[in-house]
Amino acid sequence: MGEGKRILGPFNRVEGDLEVTVECSDGRVSQAWVNSPLYRGYEQILQGKDPRDALVYTPRICGICSVSQSVAAARALAAAQGIEPTANGSLCTNLILAAENLADHLTHFYLFFMPDFAREQYAGRDWYDAVARRFRAQTGEVARQVLPARADFLHLTGILAGKWPHSLALQPGGSTRPIAAHERVKLANTIDDFREFLEQVLFDAALEEVTTINDQDALLTFCQSRASGDFAQFVRIAQDLELAGIGRAADAFLSYGAYTGNDSPLFRAGRWAGAELVFDAADISEDISHSWLDGQREPAHPWDGSTIPVDDEAAGYSWCKAPRIDGHVVEVGALARQVVDGQPLIRDLVARNGGNVFSRVVARLLELARVVPAMQSWVRQIEPSQSFCEHAAVPDEGQGAGLVEAARGSLGHWLRIRNGRILNYQIVAPTTWNFSPRDRDAVPGALEQALVGTEVGDSVEDSVAIQHVIRSFDPCMVCTVH
Amino acid sequence: MSEFNLLWLQSGGCGGCSMSVLNAEAPDFYRSLSRNGINLLWHPSFSEASGREFLDLIQRIEDGEIRLDALCLEGSVMMGPRGSGRFHLLAGSRRPMFDVIRALAGQARFTVAIGSCAAFGGITMAGPNPGEAIGLQYEGKQAGGLLGSEWRSAGDLPVINIAGCPTHPNWVIDTLVQLAAGELGQRQLDSNHRPRSYTDHLVHHGCPRNEYYEFKASAEKPSDQGCMMEHLGCLGTQARADCNTRLWNGSGSCLRGGYACINCTAPEFEEPGHCFTETPKIAGIPIGLPTDMPKAWFVALASLAKAATPKRLRVNASTDRIRISPGQHDERDD
Repeated sequence: MGEGKRILGPFNRVEGDLEVTVECSDGRVSQAWVNSPLYRGYEQILQGKDPRDALVYTPRICGICSVSQSVAAARALAAAQGIEPTANGSLCTNLILAAENLADHLTHFYLFFMPDFAREQYAGRDWYDAVARRFRAQTGEVARQVLPARADFLHLTGILAGKWPHSLALQPGGSTRPIAAHERVKLANTIDDFREFLEQVLFDAALEEVTTINDQDALLTFCQSRASGDFAQFVRIAQDLELAGIGRAADAFLSYGAYTGNDSPLFRAGRWAGAELVFDAADISEDISHSWLDGQREPAHPWDGSTIPVDDEAAGYSWCKAPRIDGHVVEVGALARQVVDGQPLIRDLVARNGGNVFSRVVARLLELARVVPAMQSWVRQIEPSQSFCEHAAVPDEGQGAGLVEAARGSLGHWLRIRNGRILNYQIVAPTTWNFSPRDRDAVPGALEQALVGTEVGDSVEDSVAIQHVIRSFDPCMVCTVH
Repeated sequence: MSEFNLLWLQSGGCGGCSMSVLNAEAPDFYRSLSRNGINLLWHPSFSEASGREFLDLIQRIEDGEIRLDALCLEGSVMMGPRGSGRFHLLAGSRRPMFDVIRALAGQARFTVAIGSCAAFGGITMAGPNPGEAIGLQYEGKQAGGLLGSEWRSAGDLPVINIAGCPTHPNWVIDTLVQLAAGELGQRQLDSNHRPRSYTDHLVHHGCPRNEYYEFKASAEKPSDQGCMMEHLGCLGTQARADCNTRLWNGSGSCLRGGYACINCTAPEFEEPGHCFTETPKIAGIPIGLPTDMPKAWFVALASLAKAATPKRLRVNASTDRIRISPGQHDERDD
């Protein structure tokens, strides 16, 4: 294998364009630099706009996290207006957001992540023929099951949000689409159908059997007893290829808390790094020392952040900023959410081998099993006789932050309003955290750390392990730089 | 018959049109292509090939070794900063994406813009257009774009603009299948080179709020049931698309979702010059009335209709549920 830097990309089956430069020695990655090669300038577009127009522009940052962007924008506006969504509005928001997030987990597992195990490099493994037949990109048999199941499940958005992606149904005060009593039947049936798909095709088990798996041993026992089920198949592949041994990052996790509830969110907010840490959004900062950006000498909190691109190749190596919390690199996503929430299986997996390719995928699939029953409950809680949307004017001066958990992790919008227009709008997206470049102390971002040590064999260009590590984060590059 | 080779690239967009085509139903997107002899050479989200395998593929297309029947581009073309294209260099190549797109469009029998960004520049052109975004053959309403207004593909068609933000899965599938079958010509395209199969219609057609429209019974705030034209910015009477007869995600559309049509199939929809969800008015009369109706007639009919509005519609329009049902006595109050 040749030494020195190699530039890899484009990586498909990630959302958007991604380039990774690696340096290898002794057949392993010794250093990595992650580049987000696309800049569009949404934060510049938003300056000077009517604050309400953020609800049109921000979902269009990303077609796969569109609803998450809408929810963050709606919450930022609501905070500036001093209102809260109605109870029905919150339930509908939960349902629309969960529809997007779970469809995303499903799409990631079946269409983006698993097809790599159908690659020729794995021919000869005892699971290869069955897995290639089932998961090969485009032609594998799963597409026939998954695409219809996904499209049926997203009928929820047709009812609740008009369409997906890019809806305007999510408003600061709730939702524009009142739900009549009889429409709850259709919503409930659609969720039941999805549950049936998950129980029959993905898990080969009732969701409750999955959510009560408490540690790794129980997980392995569960999978041994499953002849079918794509989840068990993945776990067997992961055992064989030792996927728990690759892709470890900083083992520091952040979650803003997901899905509102009466007293507390369904998955709680917080930080975790071997132990629980205090989470305060005031501790967030963004550093541009290795970005093709200007306008900030020091790392800045998003309230004071700026986004000014510079046409100077030498200024950095990515359009992405380097977000840090309390100065630290964190990883976000389903794994982070479940660790922070204290889910026993995920805490056990992380205690053993930290965040890695295996635990990230398990956490995502576990979330499918945990959120679907909550969705069924939210539909039952809708009170058709009550209001779906609160109304208030946008103030001439004010500010508001909107925090939400997208499928792939913590998303924040920070909005400042002056003279009735947007003075500044800063967005820190999940993959901004995960695929951050180095900061001014030269500390690499989460993926940059996760890639170090990955075995690449004779040819780094042909390394499937690198592909697994990258895709285990379910990256969304269009959100990253926005 | 040999297969119709299709290559799908993304540049300055959000990936939402790809997500939207995955919503295709009965049959799904993959089967819609394979059943009609369309071979997806590569798609950024759906294919196995990555990195070097992909760069080899586009090199072989550029060299004429692999026939390219349709080049689909999703997302706008990023020209900035200062025309350098550095806002999107194709990963792994350091080559401006606009250069890749131009080269491949030169090889393809047909070039297709997927969504309003690729067609006209779209949402990325909003505000100061920081990315210097343009469309394939338009820059907003202005013909030109990356390829120039006179450009024709080897198959003698301009860029086919399947505009929409996002585009509808079946607008894409219908158009690609017609192209592959040799059934799509200039006459099937409108003046903005969009397929007339969906732009010969208005979003207004099939809107479930039509009765409110007829009587000018208007919604006043989000979640109200009335017509959203007078106050909430709805452009459904002008917007060219069949959203309310074709429907989205089973049973949806923007209007059915309770919010305004923002005319996302049109060039420059991203800069309406006012808040998207508030109708601009002069002397209380909305500007931007239906395009092919004399304004004086519209105003006369509207005031007449308003005077005749049944109580049922007036009450129901500004609330979020049916307060008075059609069977109830609905004489006008006073």
